[in-house]
Amino acid sequence: MATTSTAGGDTAPATGSERLRRTSLLQRILARPASGALIIAVFVWIVFGLLGGATFLTLRGTLSYLDVAAQVGIVATAVALLMIAGEFDLSIGSLVGFAGIVIGILVTEAGLPIWAAILVSMILTTLLGVVNGIIVVRTGLPSFIVTLATLFLIRGLTQVMTAFITRITFISIDPALISADPIAGFFNWSLVVGSGGERGELKVSIFWWFLIAALGAWLLGRTRFGNWISGVGGSPQAARNLGVPVARVKISLFALTAFSASILATIQTMTFFSADVLRGRFIELDAITTAVIGGTLLTGGYGSVVGAAIGALALGMARIGIVFANINADWYYVAIGTLLLVAVVLNNWIRRRFAGLR
Amino acid sequence: MTASHAAPESRPPAGSAPLLEARSVSKYFGAVVAVEDVSLAVRAGQINCLLGDNGAGKSTLIKILSGVHQPDAGTLAVDGQPVRFTAPRDALDAGIATVYQDLSVMPLMSISRNFFLGNEPTTGFGPFRHFDAGRAAAVAREQMRNIGIDVRDTDQLVGTLSGGERQTLAIARAEYFGARVLILDEPTSALGVKEAAIVLRHAISARNRGLGVIFITHNVQHALPIGDTFTILTRGRSGGTYARGELDAAELHRLMGGGAELEELEADLEMLAHREARGEEVPAVPLGAEADGGMA
Repeated sequence: MATTSTAGGDTAPATGSERLRRTSLLQRILARPASGALIIAVFVWIVFGLLGGATFLTLRGTLSYLDVAAQVGIVATAVALLMIAGEFDLSIGSLVGFAGIVIGILVTEAGLPIWAAILVSMILTTLLGVVNGIIVVRTGLPSFIVTLATLFLIRGLTQVMTAFITRITFISIDPALISADPIAGFFNWSLVVGSGGERGELKVSIFWWFLIAALGAWLLGRTRFGNWISGVGGSPQAARNLGVPVARVKISLFALTAFSASILATIQTMTFFSADVLRGRFIELDAITTAVIGGTLLTGGYGSVVGAAIGALALGMARIGIVFANINADWYYVAIGTLLLVAVVLNNWIRRRFAGLR
Repeated sequence: MTASHAAPESRPPAGSAPLLEARSVSKYFGAVVAVEDVSLAVRAGQINCLLGDNGAGKSTLIKILSGVHQPDAGTLAVDGQPVRFTAPRDALDAGIATVYQDLSVMPLMSISRNFFLGNEPTTGFGPFRHFDAGRAAAVAREQMRNIGIDVRDTDQLVGTLSGGERQTLAIARAEYFGARVLILDEPTSALGVKEAAIVLRHAISARNRGLGVIFITHNVQHALPIGDTFTILTRGRSGGTYARGELDAAELHRLMGGGAELEELEADLEMLAHREARGEEVPAVPLGAEADGGMA
């Protein structure tokens, strides 16, 4: 009899109330997807606070790891949203290289003003994201494979194009042009704060990171589109049956990821006064790592933008903390690998224990 | 097709035209006949049970009715008017909602977010237009209470609900968003006895509120007590439509094509019992025992 076998202990009675335990505030905080990342970040801060001595804990130390975290954090929001929708984008790194080079070529070769070059670069890069999305949606292939292919394609074509036009894969931009530009300041502004040995640089990238994370969290948690993102990742078929425009959601998120890559590229180009085809290498892996530390499931349907931002913070603290602690920088990847594993196990445990998922 | 029997007074009167009707629909996948020349109708305040063994074409027929597939021949009619669904959204707009066995809710989303997925209430204007979480939670809580599930916290993930509760959530959601026809695709097949009973009760109360219900199952025990009409599918073809009381469980089984196997199994078991009673040696694995899973 098929029906009797499942009637055992774990089926619930009709009323839910008697099945619900009373939950404390702490338990409800832990049930949030970002709670694991918070624990990890606090842990990393304490470890490097002890190892890195005074420098790590100073204003200067804090501002420098915030800047490193911001570089990853700027793309991590869109990456987390895309992963919650059940897709991957491995091509971000090559898009960062592409976007920077487009600005460089348009300014140095075509003589466009900086602001116009930034605008064109952002539009072209976002369009490449749309192309990523359309290929994934139309072919039904795993986005891992599609964007792995576009990662090579975009990086390779950027190199070919740059070598053809400028004969060199590194483009310098005249700092005078950048400082005279009306909008470049949004991407390279910084402020020296503190005094003496405490002096640190508050960079605009940190504001971009916070702004994008805040907008992303609002989008995911407070809008229709955000609900669609979770639904599409949970089950594309069921979402479609409920009338959610699955293809449009996915393509928009690929575009958003590419757009955030172009913001990062613009910040780097305006800060370093140069573009390089190799910029942005491995940032896709960093971004995926931060999203996973932040509680986002690789399989989609569940995750957190705030978690990804906290994950980026942990990553930044580890990278700078190792320098301040005078540890050989080779240990960085060991640290990140360990963090990632611990975070995944912790997040899994929290999900089962506090969010009540089996 | 047999005429439907008179509905009791407590129910809304059955309309003159069926709410949803499939007229001689066929669907082929290459050389495979998925369904051929099948007709089915459901009226307001009725439950039509669609019965068939695995592979009989039930899923294909449901996908035609819910706009996922388009029939290769035959037509659909809503309120007697021929219609063409090109996407699930078309069927939804016509008031036809389908609750799939395991594909209707997202376990990793909260109850209120599941309830409003695809129909999110919004508030505010312009760029500040946003998901009205407060209203979503209030409506979801009230609707869940109406169907007998008391949810203290609508932020609770649906994955923490039992299978029967998930199905009832999907049913409540469909009704809240104006479904006139509920298609329940094997809603009880993955559930235990108690859980299945909850879902069956909701199917009945949906009928009592005047909805037309198409209840797909291969479980005769679940269909018999709640069905007003029974449509049988065997190997993609219609085995006829019967009114309540015309058939008993054994006859339904026979029509579904499972009857002959069941009788054979019964005969086997009887023979083995006889031999055992006479003290003869009985094979360790009797004929047909695999079907029971061989578990103690």
